[in-house]
Amino acid sequence: MAASLQSAVFLSNRIDPHRRLFASPARSLPGTKGSILVVRSDGRISGRLSGRNLITNAVATKADTPTSSTDSKPGHELLLFEALREGLEEEMDRDPRVCVMGEDVGHYGGSYKVTKGLAPKYGDLRVLDTPIAENSFTGMGIGAAMTGLRPVIEGMNMGFLLLAYNQISNNCGMLHYTSGGQFKIPVVIRGPGGVGRQLGAEHSQRLESYFQSIPGLQMVACSTPYNAKGLMKAAIRSDNPVVLFEHVLLYNLKERIPDEEYVLCLEEAEMVRPGEHVTILTYSRMRYHVMQAAKTLVNKGYDPEVIDIRSLKPFDLYTIGNSVKKTHRVLIVEECMRTGGIGSSLRAAIIDNFWDYLDAPIMCLSSQDVPTPYAGTLEEWTVVQPAQIVAAVEQLCQ
Amino acid sequence: MRLKIQSFSISNSQAVVSRDESLVLYEDMVLGRVFEDMCAQMYYRGKMFGFVHLYNGQEAVSTGFIKLLEARDSVVSTYCDHVHAVSKGVPPRAVMAELFGKATGCCRGQGGSMHMFSAQHNLLGGFTFIGEGIPVATGAAFSSKYCHEVLKESTPNRLDVTVAFFGDGTCNNGQFFECLNMAQLELWKLPIVFVVENNLWAIGMPHLRATSDPEIWKKGPAFGMPGVHVDGMDVLKVREVAIEAIARARRGEGPTLVECETYRFRGHSLADPDELRKPDEKASYAARDPITALRKYILDKELASAAELKIIEKKVDAVIEDTVEFADSSPLPPWSQLLENIFADPKGFGIGPDGKYRCEDPKFIEGTSLSLESCLPANHLHRCLIPSESSIRPNSIKVRHG
Repeated sequence: MAASLQSAVFLSNRIDPHRRLFASPARSLPGTKGSILVVRSDGRISGRLSGRNLITNAVATKADTPTSSTDSKPGHELLLFEALREGLEEEMDRDPRVCVMGEDVGHYGGSYKVTKGLAPKYGDLRVLDTPIAENSFTGMGIGAAMTGLRPVIEGMNMGFLLLAYNQISNNCGMLHYTSGGQFKIPVVIRGPGGVGRQLGAEHSQRLESYFQSIPGLQMVACSTPYNAKGLMKAAIRSDNPVVLFEHVLLYNLKERIPDEEYVLCLEEAEMVRPGEHVTILTYSRMRYHVMQAAKTLVNKGYDPEVIDIRSLKPFDLYTIGNSVKKTHRVLIVEECMRTGGIGSSLRAAIIDNFWDYLDAPIMCLSSQDVPTPYAGTLEEWTVVQPAQIVAAVEQLCQ
Repeated sequence: MRLKIQSFSISNSQAVVSRDESLVLYEDMVLGRVFEDMCAQMYYRGKMFGFVHLYNGQEAVSTGFIKLLEARDSVVSTYCDHVHAVSKGVPPRAVMAELFGKATGCCRGQGGSMHMFSAQHNLLGGFTFIGEGIPVATGAAFSSKYCHEVLKESTPNRLDVTVAFFGDGTCNNGQFFECLNMAQLELWKLPIVFVVENNLWAIGMPHLRATSDPEIWKKGPAFGMPGVHVDGMDVLKVREVAIEAIARARRGEGPTLVECETYRFRGHSLADPDELRKPDEKASYAARDPITALRKYILDKELASAAELKIIEKKVDAVIEDTVEFADSSPLPPWSQLLENIFADPKGFGIGPDGKYRCEDPKFIEGTSLSLESCLPANHLHRCLIPSESSIRPNSIKVRHG
């Protein structure tokens, strides 16, 4: 199981968050155990990892992952898109007000199969196929959320949600405030974004930087099957509007996840690899480039600490801060563009809060401010590659 | 191509409304008119600011539709929403206080003229941008259908209805067409009525210059739903159409597009000099004032006496005076209110450097433009910075289920 197990949180009114407990049997998937594993994340003690598996390799299918101390492997293996579906399905079972809307989510099963099988199970109204009208069906989701439902709105590609920007900014972000708190908008807006394999400029967009200024919105980015399921569930349960960023290239990642139900914390970052020399902050697909670079760095004698920030808005300043206080050097590796990206905001937040702990200027590696070209070579050069990450760390640690 | 204008007439010898109904309609329209006139006065006296859009002349549409709705039905409006709010039952005091920007306003002073909301009265806004309320209305209608068919919650065949109001300019906007299409889809058939308040002018752009086919009601059948054109200066005609449109929606037969030909007696907003509209156009519609028309109808059909109508008018005057006094004497929102209501779950402000959620930290707005540490006494700062009980939870991190 991934080291990120330490950040799994099951939140319940009945459970004291400071003790590790097993709750009484609750809803779970058919065929799995009835008990729910409760692990409270306090983030202060990384020593809890003793005896647990650390992932030194982010892509879980590789054979060199250290074997578990137990003989039988608990949990079940699945791909990231299946993990998203599992999370969505569990929430739809749990609360009949959770519904899905988007293009081709129903009969087609979703263009990335995230909603496959859900329409036959829940019906065409709960898994609603919409016409191609992003602005309007996003607004529809918002109106439905105001009147009691909990829609999960899918953008077939994140870039299409630019058409829904009016609704996302004005209604999703602002309505709770302009109504004086009378209406809440518990929507989840999700979809795949990021640079894929020669998908062309419009299909390779990263909207996290565009949405980050919208007040009232939360943004999370998933990167592993484990956190995809946990964040999906947390986003659906949250009363705030949440934008869940998925990545086109990560849908087929395979990982073993727990059978027990778990919900992750929307606002927490994930410690991927503890280290001492430098803090590398990243999210989504760049996590894998970072981990690949980390292998090289480890061979060269460096000890990078890798944190998947996961929560793009708001930032988890606690996890990030503790890391900065330990390593004193920060490298941000992101896929969005340099100008006005998540990295710029993160840099500003770190400087504001942890200036005294820095021994070197914060380095930020982002994509070029370029519409993603079609040609494979050009496309490769727009995003950050592991070699650049290695070079950046070497420079930082001089 | 000129719009066909239906002429006003009292057609039947029998009254089409009962005495009680007619007085309800009269009072509602007078309330809307006097309220808006008072808004204009208050604006020029510097009690309210920004963009204020007044509804004078269009009262027949609001009253004609909204007085037929039940409490569980929803209304979605535009920036011209004061009268829709008052017709739907939002206390005029709350609306006026909101316009004055006071903490007792229906949206705690955070919304203003263009954002009237009331969860209690199912008024879903108040939207500033043209057309952005229509999808929200479609969503509310979707909820109604969902509750009926998926959750099995409503009484059979009696769906909650949503009425969406918007203007002629909006009918050239994409969201209008997208929602007409979606509402009428075979699976959906949403319980919604799309009401166009065609007052012939956007701001300075007349409907005829902006629209290739100006007969908006025809766009209904283009999407498979009935399209009706009605004289929006006659509350009884509007009501007649509304009865059928709302009943259709409630029965589950789907949406209707109703185009009400109406007119605004004032400019688009209080900042609009209103120089482009011709005096004879204004005069011809002023002669069709819906309140005067209903008054004449009531007296002609002997549903009530002039004295009784006078009593209603005096009552409305008193109500409006009271709203102004209430709004004037209400407190302004305190500084502590600034960051409330941004998130329904204030954990959205994130985890601070000390490991606690920032909403639990008294200093978390330090560094914003409103940090007044230097000018306020320390204990006042502490009291103001912690959001009120109602908006955050105590220290342990809990998540509400469902």
